[in-house]
Amino acid sequence: METLSALLYLVASICFIMALRGLSSPETSRQGNIYGMVGMTIAILTTLASPIVQSYWMIVLGIAIGGAIGYVVAKKIEMTALPQLVAAFHSLVGLAAVFVALAAFYSPAAYGIGLPGAIAKGSLIEMALGTAVGAITFTGSIVAFAKLQGLVTGKPLVFPMQHPLNAALGVLTVILIIWLVQSNSTTAMWLIILVALALGFLLILPIGGADMPVVISMLNSYSGWAACGIGFTLQNNLLIITGALVGSSGAILSYIMCKGMNRSIFNVILGGFGGEAAAGSGPAKGPQGSVKAGSAEDAAYIMKNAQSVIIVPGYGMAVAQAQHALREMADVLKHEGVDVKYAIHPVAGRMPGHMNVLLAEANVPYDEVFELEDINRDFGTADVAFVIGANDVTNPAAKTDPTSPIYGMPILDVEKAKTVFFIKRGMAAGYAGVENELFFRPNTMMLFGDAKKVTEEVVKAMEA
Amino acid sequence: MDQIQLSARIAELKANLAALSQQADQLAAQVAHSAQPVVEAAGGHGNFFVTGLTVLVLACFVGYYVVWRVTPALHSPLMAVTNAVSSVIIVGALVAAGPAGFDFSKVLGFLAVILASVNIFGGFLVTQRMLSMFKKKGK
Repeated sequence: METLSALLYLVASICFIMALRGLSSPETSRQGNIYGMVGMTIAILTTLASPIVQSYWMIVLGIAIGGAIGYVVAKKIEMTALPQLVAAFHSLVGLAAVFVALAAFYSPAAYGIGLPGAIAKGSLIEMALGTAVGAITFTGSIVAFAKLQGLVTGKPLVFPMQHPLNAALGVLTVILIIWLVQSNSTTAMWLIILVALALGFLLILPIGGADMPVVISMLNSYSGWAACGIGFTLQNNLLIITGALVGSSGAILSYIMCKGMNRSIFNVILGGFGGEAAAGSGPAKGPQGSVKAGSAEDAAYIMKNAQSVIIVPGYGMAVAQAQHALREMADVLKHEGVDVKYAIHPVAGRMPGHMNVLLAEANVPYDEVFELEDINRDFGTADVAFVIGANDVTNPAAKTDPTSPIYGMPILDVEKAKTVFFIKRGMAAGYAGVENELFFRPNTMMLFGDAKKVTEEVVKAMEA
Repeated sequence: MDQIQLSARIAELKANLAALSQQADQLAAQVAHSAQPVVEAAGGHGNFFVTGLTVLVLACFVGYYVVWRVTPALHSPLMAVTNAVSSVIIVGALVAAGPAGFDFSKVLGFLAVILASVNIFGGFLVTQRMLSMFKKKGK
């Protein structure tokens, strides 16, 4: 029986690997998701069949309640609200990890790791680590959720002694874990949870809104490592394998996001970026010349007579829900024989791949959407670059100004296009607090207003 | 006379010896029996740690290569699906909620089952919704 369940867990692990493997291309991705579901079903049924599970009503009830909530949420959620949904889901994994570790602490016999008050030392370490990471994931994700949902300001919240306090809490956690392992004390276990909860909260608080892609990926990674820690406690290879897959996936995404901003992960975690610190160094130069504001009719006329148009969407498009209007505009242009492409910066939006999902939602075929390194050369030959709700990712200061906070960040070379349109609500600087000199170039035309409204006006003007 | 006494003595000793050896066997069996959980608790766990670590390291390598092959366009679905998959932690919750009777651990297990189920259903469903939107030109 034990051998059989171990083998079935192995099958489930392979299913999960296949689920991630499927995402290497959109064609195979749907099949991959089915692999994931199959793997999860196998894992649950195998556990239910094990002799330790005696009563089923509570489990069935729990799955029914949770499943119903999950189903409704996933069906109803707007695609623009995806980042906060993912953050919320991460917090649930974190909390579940804490609960499972606590359950193992209170009845270790069920997990075969000793007796209450006399749990094997190795298990205690793993349990404590799983709990701590789970608790950090829980509160950290809640803060990320609140920031993304707009419940608290997306600006970095910094206060004096922040880093020493976080470091002290980190050290305290380690001391508490040592205490727990030495004494098997219940107090120590609860203190670890409390300190880790506080730590998760404080760690994410100082990180600004546009750094959220990194934060979400990082929390994704944490939720994996929490599962991994619990896997060691339960001596279950499936949890270890899955935790490692999720953990490395989140870590790689964090790395890609950091590279997209040319910042180290430490710089992001320490937070405060885009707050007062950056504001002091960057934009002190003042305006450089005049800005040319255009009308929707001008934009419509120029684009209709262009050969090729590259659209650069950013977070502003997501906020204004302008993706559908944007696709309409592209349809009209294509009808006129204009070549239309989309260029996506790796950190555009609030989570990795955010723009791609929104464009897909608006029925933009994915083979018209290109990543930075695949399209950057095309700006040189493009007639129009249509920047909608993006700013920092197009700022040439990242290449030319070594004092700029965004210096070294890879940018989309929209400046090379013959004409550049910026749809913006006003002249405010972007997240990094840096002025964008492109606004003042003679070949740039600003279209002020809500991204969706402006795009709709352009469409109307084109059809007129 | 002596011989008879002697042989009687020998027989007696033999019987004693047999009884002793039986006792020794019993003791040995008892020791072995009681030692087993000890071995499992101490040595058994140590062994699993090494096995688990091996599995962990290898799985990290698998994860590394698989995730780098994921196309950047699908990074959002990747996050959603890894989130759903990490809810496999429900396995631990089921073990906590499974035993007969009722105690604190069972309550914790029950709560964890709910949380993980939200994630499993929500995560896979939202992934499916996202993936169903990715279409090719002209389809």
